[in-house]
Amino acid sequence: MTQTAGRTAWYVERFDEFVRSLNGSSSAQLLTQRKEAMDAFVELGFPTARDEEWRYTSLAALLRQDFGVVEKLGEEVLSDVDAWRVPNLQSHVLVFTDGQYQPALSGGASLPEGVRVSNLASLLHEDGEVRDGTSLAPRGKDAFVELNTAFLRDGVHVHVDKGVRVDVPIEVLFIAASPNAAVHPRLSVRVEDGAEATLVERYVSASDHVHLTNSLAEFSLGESAHLDHYRVQDENRAAFHIANLYVREERHSVLRSTCCTLGGRLTRNHVHTHLIGEGVDSTLNGLYLVEGQQHVDNHTLIEHAQPHCQSHEFYKGILADDSTGVFRGQILVHQAAQKTDAYQANRNLLLSDRAEINTKPQLEIYADDVKCSHGATIGQLDEDAIFYLRSRGIGSAAARQVLTRAFAGEVVERIRLEPLRVLLEDSVGKRLEQAIANRA
Amino acid sequence: MSESTASQPAADKSSDTQTLEEFASREYEWGFVTDIEADSAPPGLNEEIIRFISAKKEEPEFMLEWRLKAYRQWLKMEDPTRRAPSERWAKVSYPDIDYQSVVYYSAPKKKELSSLDEVDPELLETYKKLGIPLEEQKMLAGVAVDAVFDSVSVATTFKDKLSELGIIFCSFSEAVKEHPELVKKYLGSVVPTTDNFFAALNSAVFTDGSFVYIPKGVRCPMELSTYFRINAANTGQFERTLIVADEGSYVSYLEGCTAPMRDENQLHAAVVELVALDNAQIKYSTVQNWYPGDENGVGGIYNFVTKRGACRGHHSKISWTQVETGSSITWKYPSCILQGDHSVGEFYSVAVTSKMQQADTGTKMIHIGDNTRSTIISKGISAQRGQNTYRGGVKIMKNAQNARNFTQCDSMLIGDRCGAHTFPYIEVRNPNGQVEHEASTSKIGEDQIFYCNQRGLSTEDAVGMIVNGFCKEVLAELPMEFAVEAQKLLGISLEGSVG
Repeated sequence: MTQTAGRTAWYVERFDEFVRSLNGSSSAQLLTQRKEAMDAFVELGFPTARDEEWRYTSLAALLRQDFGVVEKLGEEVLSDVDAWRVPNLQSHVLVFTDGQYQPALSGGASLPEGVRVSNLASLLHEDGEVRDGTSLAPRGKDAFVELNTAFLRDGVHVHVDKGVRVDVPIEVLFIAASPNAAVHPRLSVRVEDGAEATLVERYVSASDHVHLTNSLAEFSLGESAHLDHYRVQDENRAAFHIANLYVREERHSVLRSTCCTLGGRLTRNHVHTHLIGEGVDSTLNGLYLVEGQQHVDNHTLIEHAQPHCQSHEFYKGILADDSTGVFRGQILVHQAAQKTDAYQANRNLLLSDRAEINTKPQLEIYADDVKCSHGATIGQLDEDAIFYLRSRGIGSAAARQVLTRAFAGEVVERIRLEPLRVLLEDSVGKRLEQAIANRA
Repeated sequence: MSESTASQPAADKSSDTQTLEEFASREYEWGFVTDIEADSAPPGLNEEIIRFISAKKEEPEFMLEWRLKAYRQWLKMEDPTRRAPSERWAKVSYPDIDYQSVVYYSAPKKKELSSLDEVDPELLETYKKLGIPLEEQKMLAGVAVDAVFDSVSVATTFKDKLSELGIIFCSFSEAVKEHPELVKKYLGSVVPTTDNFFAALNSAVFTDGSFVYIPKGVRCPMELSTYFRINAANTGQFERTLIVADEGSYVSYLEGCTAPMRDENQLHAAVVELVALDNAQIKYSTVQNWYPGDENGVGGIYNFVTKRGACRGHHSKISWTQVETGSSITWKYPSCILQGDHSVGEFYSVAVTSKMQQADTGTKMIHIGDNTRSTIISKGISAQRGQNTYRGGVKIMKNAQNARNFTQCDSMLIGDRCGAHTFPYIEVRNPNGQVEHEASTSKIGEDQIFYCNQRGLSTEDAVGMIVNGFCKEVLAELPMEFAVEAQKLLGISLEGSVG
């Protein structure tokens, strides 16, 4: 408890420094919002294991770190940013190093009329509103959301006009470089009625330093809007990564979101989709592949508020070595949401006898005419399947790898963006090869 | 009807729903108060009251010390019902309980009876109204009944027959006096006094309960049964049950509950401990039908129970079966600690919530030994404004090789103002572990009802049939006599609820 309180005070000091460093460049309105958020954060404090939502994830290691505000912004311009990009993906890219926008490295394929993609900092100077009417993350509920607002420096704003179809994927690349950097990026996406867009978010580290990413993404989908969203986190093994995603879906909109966690020492992904119109189709897919001392916590809430919606959630996890994983998926069906069709599955594969998984799929249902089900399984590779492959002359390690790849493949093959799928197949394959070799 | 803004066509509110709701809204048939002058302690809780209870029960010194220790620990513990909202895990809500206004001891006046004739006729009358004819049961089906009326056992039957086999089946206060060594060895060994707030409270103030010991290699020839009954106003019942099955023994224990109608909420915080040694088997069945409160949620029992079994020996087995239809709030998780290699834990549950009832129930299976197996089958039925939550934990420890769990939770919703929730917690630390969890939520299909109607069954009968079919897997686990009662109870709790 005292550790939490001490750290809260530490962040308050960092905040004061940060406000001074802004040197009045932040508008008065924005500054008020930052201060309000900081007050809310102090009020909330960091969550502890006593909080039901944080039962299996300890923040002790995160609280021991002295994360500071990045001071030397943008000095370390990386020469080979292209190496971090998704190969062969014709995209419009925005590159951020230590949370700061790099215009020189950004650009790429041109976007059609009716799409506005810009970094948030440029907009902040214009209207100075971080939280306006469209803000989706609840206030005063989550310490990390408040921290994000307080320390927000830059991010991405995407607006797709009514009926516009964007064929070019929008790629956002966050590269962490400086030691002890705390980056609080914000993504704000609005897809208007009938519009379509694809967004790829990637988080990588250019060094082995400890750093913190605390991102907040807010997507708002208009009527019959489509959004394909991919989030790939492959930071270094010392990184702390907290990600909050809030989605609001109007009538007949379609969301397909995939969240892949490969890196990070401690990762927490929180996704809250709010289905506020009828006939919404919402899909959340997830893959987590961790090893060593990694800890990953996937936390999802699908809120059905209106009738005739369907949601599908499919999360798979592979845990090797001493890694630990958490899955908590909640489906909440309000009384008005009759004829809801919701399905949730969480499957886990443990590759080592020291790995640990805690899964907590939840159904909370207040409507009677619904079809809701969930399933969770935890197990190891089927010995019969291994035997089958071995009897056909395939070695033990190779057989294990084929089966494990197939297990992960079920999520990877749902990625519709081919270059990204190829990239993930490749990195997942390499990772598994290593994990299985370590085991043998 | 519907509070929501959603378009709810009037046609949806079919006559089926009405029948269902009628069925669900039946008055509690067994509500009445027996007027027996109780020998009670003043309300409130302090060390004096505990000494009073202990003295009343003529307990040996070690019991008093044990109680006082539990009480002192309880004082330091935090009431889970007053935690900050983000730290609350149980999905139930109710006003604060004033522990100082509860009467912790109340005993019917007459005691030490040698035969049923000496039992207060009014008491016997009460049992008759409940349909538990003690005399008949003595003859029928070979069921020995240790009837607990309020807090003191007034009649224990079939004792002689059991003692021939060396089986000890008696009230807890008797066991404390006559078998202190067994009580001392096993009491609190499964549910320690510090386990949780209500277990600590129970340890401090429990007044009576049942004690069972089955010696090595004995198969108990009859179903042991206790009928619990809450009577005197404002008396919290703090029962304590301890069942020990020695090596290679078998016992089936039944617990059934009904309570009279009452306006004030009554607190019930029982503790049940089961210990199964090598090759032993315990089957524990419960039918709970305490007063659920009226349709506005007034009155009704708070049922906060700690039930846990320890499979200490190899190849031991503990099986919990429960049918929960009563209580305004049910908060209980009969659990199994699978310590012995090859031990087996089972949990079969039917929980019905109607009116304003809230149930947060489930189980916890903790796999510690190798090759341990557990099965969880839970059926939840919600009607009217009932909220039904399954909360279950499956934990596979690091050294538990080849552990296996299968969980199935099905919920049925009847009416559009109720809720059904499933919150499983699965923690696996061993890759050999295999855990499966499945859950589904549905309602009684109109086509199913139509099919039955078409074949001449009334909607009400159809609902009864479908609900009984839905619960069949669990009801099949109950001993015969209980299964009949349970089916009847399901009928009474739900008759007339179809949508």
